[in-house]
Amino acid sequence: MKSAVITFPGINRERDMLMALEATTGVKPISVWHTEASLPNVDLVIVPGGFSYGDYLRCGAIAARSPIMADIKAKAMKGLKVIGVCNGFQIITEAGLLPGVLMRNADLHFVCREVKLKIENNQTFFTNKMTKGQIVSCPVAHGEGNYACDGETLKRLEGEGRVVFRYAEGSNPNGATNDIAGIINERGNVIGMMPHPENMIEPLHGKVDCRPLFESLIAA
Amino acid sequence: MMKHAASEPAITPEIVASHGLKPDEYDRFLKLLGRVPTMTELGICSAMWNEHCSYKSSKKWLKTLPTSGPRVLQGPGENAGVIDIDDGQAIVFKMESHNHPSFIEPYQGSATGVGGILRDVFTMGARPIAALNALRFGEPSHPKTRHLVSGVVAGVGGYGNSFGVPTLGGEVNFHKSYNGNILVNAMAVGLADADKIFLSKAEGVGLPVVYLGAKTGRDGIHGATMASAAFEANAEEKRPTVQVGDPFTEKCLLEACLELMASGAVIAIQDMGAAGLTSSAVEMGAKGNLGIELDLDKVPCRETGMTAYEMMLSESQERMLMVLRPEMEKQAEAIFVKWGLDFAIIGKTTNTLRFIIKYQGEVKADLPIKEMGDNAPEYDRPWIEPKKLPVIDASTIPAPADLKGAILKIIGSPDMCSRRWVWEQYDTLIGSNSAQLPGGDAGVVRIQGQKAIAVSSDVTPRYVYADPFEGGKQAVAESWRNLTCVGAEPIAFTDNLNFGNPERPEIMGQLVFAIKGIGEAARALDFPVVSGNVSLYNETMGTGILPTPTIGGVGLLRDLAKMTTIKFKNEGDVILLVGGHGHHMGQTVYLREIEGREEGAPPAVNLAKERKNGDYVRGLIQASQITAVHDISDGGLLVAIIEMALPTGFGASLNKLDHIQMFAEDQSRYVVTCSPESAAKIIATGNAIQIGLISREAQLSIDSGFSISMAELKDAHEGWFPTYMKG
Repeated sequence: MKSAVITFPGINRERDMLMALEATTGVKPISVWHTEASLPNVDLVIVPGGFSYGDYLRCGAIAARSPIMADIKAKAMKGLKVIGVCNGFQIITEAGLLPGVLMRNADLHFVCREVKLKIENNQTFFTNKMTKGQIVSCPVAHGEGNYACDGETLKRLEGEGRVVFRYAEGSNPNGATNDIAGIINERGNVIGMMPHPENMIEPLHGKVDCRPLFESLIAA
Repeated sequence: MMKHAASEPAITPEIVASHGLKPDEYDRFLKLLGRVPTMTELGICSAMWNEHCSYKSSKKWLKTLPTSGPRVLQGPGENAGVIDIDDGQAIVFKMESHNHPSFIEPYQGSATGVGGILRDVFTMGARPIAALNALRFGEPSHPKTRHLVSGVVAGVGGYGNSFGVPTLGGEVNFHKSYNGNILVNAMAVGLADADKIFLSKAEGVGLPVVYLGAKTGRDGIHGATMASAAFEANAEEKRPTVQVGDPFTEKCLLEACLELMASGAVIAIQDMGAAGLTSSAVEMGAKGNLGIELDLDKVPCRETGMTAYEMMLSESQERMLMVLRPEMEKQAEAIFVKWGLDFAIIGKTTNTLRFIIKYQGEVKADLPIKEMGDNAPEYDRPWIEPKKLPVIDASTIPAPADLKGAILKIIGSPDMCSRRWVWEQYDTLIGSNSAQLPGGDAGVVRIQGQKAIAVSSDVTPRYVYADPFEGGKQAVAESWRNLTCVGAEPIAFTDNLNFGNPERPEIMGQLVFAIKGIGEAARALDFPVVSGNVSLYNETMGTGILPTPTIGGVGLLRDLAKMTTIKFKNEGDVILLVGGHGHHMGQTVYLREIEGREEGAPPAVNLAKERKNGDYVRGLIQASQITAVHDISDGGLLVAIIEMALPTGFGASLNKLDHIQMFAEDQSRYVVTCSPESAAKIIATGNAIQIGLISREAQLSIDSGFSISMAELKDAHEGWFPTYMKG
């Protein structure tokens, strides 16, 4: 399974993601700079976390209009797998690959802490090694993770089982609607999530709860 | 002799005074020049000779500190200190203050403090891997405190999180002496290759001097001068002197600089911090015994119509100055274009030892570079030996009428409670290498494989006030102890000396004796200082802060598998005390919170005992003999034990303790836990005594007669900060 990690100016969690992918899949991902017109031949693209363009205008708004995003969108329409984590989720949502918006955390503070995530959908390419309803620990680190969407979209997301991760046991850190932490698109090839699974995969991290998510990528 | 342009204003005594130069300093300047200065020259001199840039009041004393050691690659004098951590790797680190700006504008003041210290580290070729910050605020009841806490924490987090460095440690204290002068000390720690450290001293005559980074604007002009003066009632008016930061630009600058350094284009490089272009250019030239000539027409500006004076003193952030290998100009420029930053050749190095500024066809400044830089004035300010406060006889301290109430009050007090409200606003995980997060004795970050470094920020200002010599020793000892507690070998420290007005002999006496104490401890513990910062004039309307010499320690952990934490691990583990029971109640948290007295001599530090006990505990850790360890500091023995139990579901059942043993703050002591088998061996050596056991029940019980639930303790511990900040 070949993957690429996209970097924009201000992205700062690409190294965490590269480390996690290499440690779990055994394959070193390709790093792609945002000005590239097209992707290399890969099965999976990850847009990692950070503060691309300093969160100017809106989080992810400027990065979403970078040259590489056009090719990512085109290939995603044809089934390329995409995962957006934190700022990455914001970027792919701004680019129209997922519905809804990520707004400022309800209490207006940046928050970095461990939360509990419920695996609502274990049929995705990132959750196939989990059991449905399983609860895992995972850290968050964001100031604008408050997921919101209109009523129609929410009905569809919930109705179609497209909420992949939900904050559990009262651990919602940002006020997100319906405790939504991560969603998947209709076609089932694009996932966006606010928490940082790449920071919970080895003993140093205290827990390895999110390792099986990455292992799911190989099985998918 | 240079003829001044007709546009130069007359230099009046008022203009000199508003620049922070004393009459005798101005006379010295006149003699040096042999003529009246231009405004630009006056601005440059006032910036270079102010306390913040010249260290004129403290240099004499700082020279007495030990700065070398087998692992020290670069001591004080450069942008940051450098230590060797084996395998061809080095750690680059420093702590710096941004006190005055943060009081005026808490968000930007603290944000740019973080930005500045990060630059000091990456300008030497090191990628920042950890940040810490020591914050001191006024008393909680003061009308400004909540706003300052909110702004400072948001600013520190806002800059560090966006830039992308994990914040792994720090301190927060509240005391009325900081009501008019808060302290924001920011520390950065970076990783570099030991043979690829970049220095700031210019080398080579006729080489291009290049401006890198963000454009220059009018922000922060005279920031350095503002930091060198005490506040009067009109502090708010100084708001335009606070710099404005952009962490995104700094992140781009970091990546661009590291790429530039890897390309071989850099001969010397320095960040533009206090007094911006002036201090960076003067320091680079003076250190290298070279002159510098600048053409300000080439400086990228974001404001129109800036004068030479403004350009030289602007403290616009996220800028660097370097001496370039001329044949690599194209390559170097391309890197900065890629990252969206300015790259402009603005001058050259010369062999005249003059600092010459040209602008719009005129020579705006022509100054002797050494006398502006490393030959700036140095003072031997008069000082009075601080009066020692009397040792309080513990037998005069009554036992608390309500022990449970006293414990809850202490654990829930502003200085002792959980700081979770603060550090959950910092990204503590970015980099995926955080091995120990805030809340323990030291932050720990993995370097590679099993190798890691430990970092900690420490000082007990009330001890320093009561006895600057003992307090200075204690700050260093506590740093050394905290690094020891996680299993690290303490290597070196950086210091941030925050004091009041040095023109007052009693304040100067605090500085002199604190430095003596710091030096004594550093020598006894083989723990040298490699970098640092001095912040004086922390005083408002004549009232100074508690003397606060913050120590930022770094240690090396060779095997992460042996790292220890403060958390209780197993039911039935024996709780041991290393260093014996305490008797000293002067300047304790107990005396202040329960008796309402801030009195007495602080606990003395016996450095031989400190060394012996620390080396012993580190040995136990290396031999995997203990399961948890925590040093005893603020609050004493009982608080230390509570802090070890709180993050777990365990409790403790302790043997009999009197109130002095519970709350005394004698130094050089540790609480360790281990299996009963290990305990027997350790106790047999005579180095520790058993004081209790870890219990499954979530209760803290003492001698079966007294008990308090961990749940109640947790509520008190976690409750104060969020409740206070909700207002």
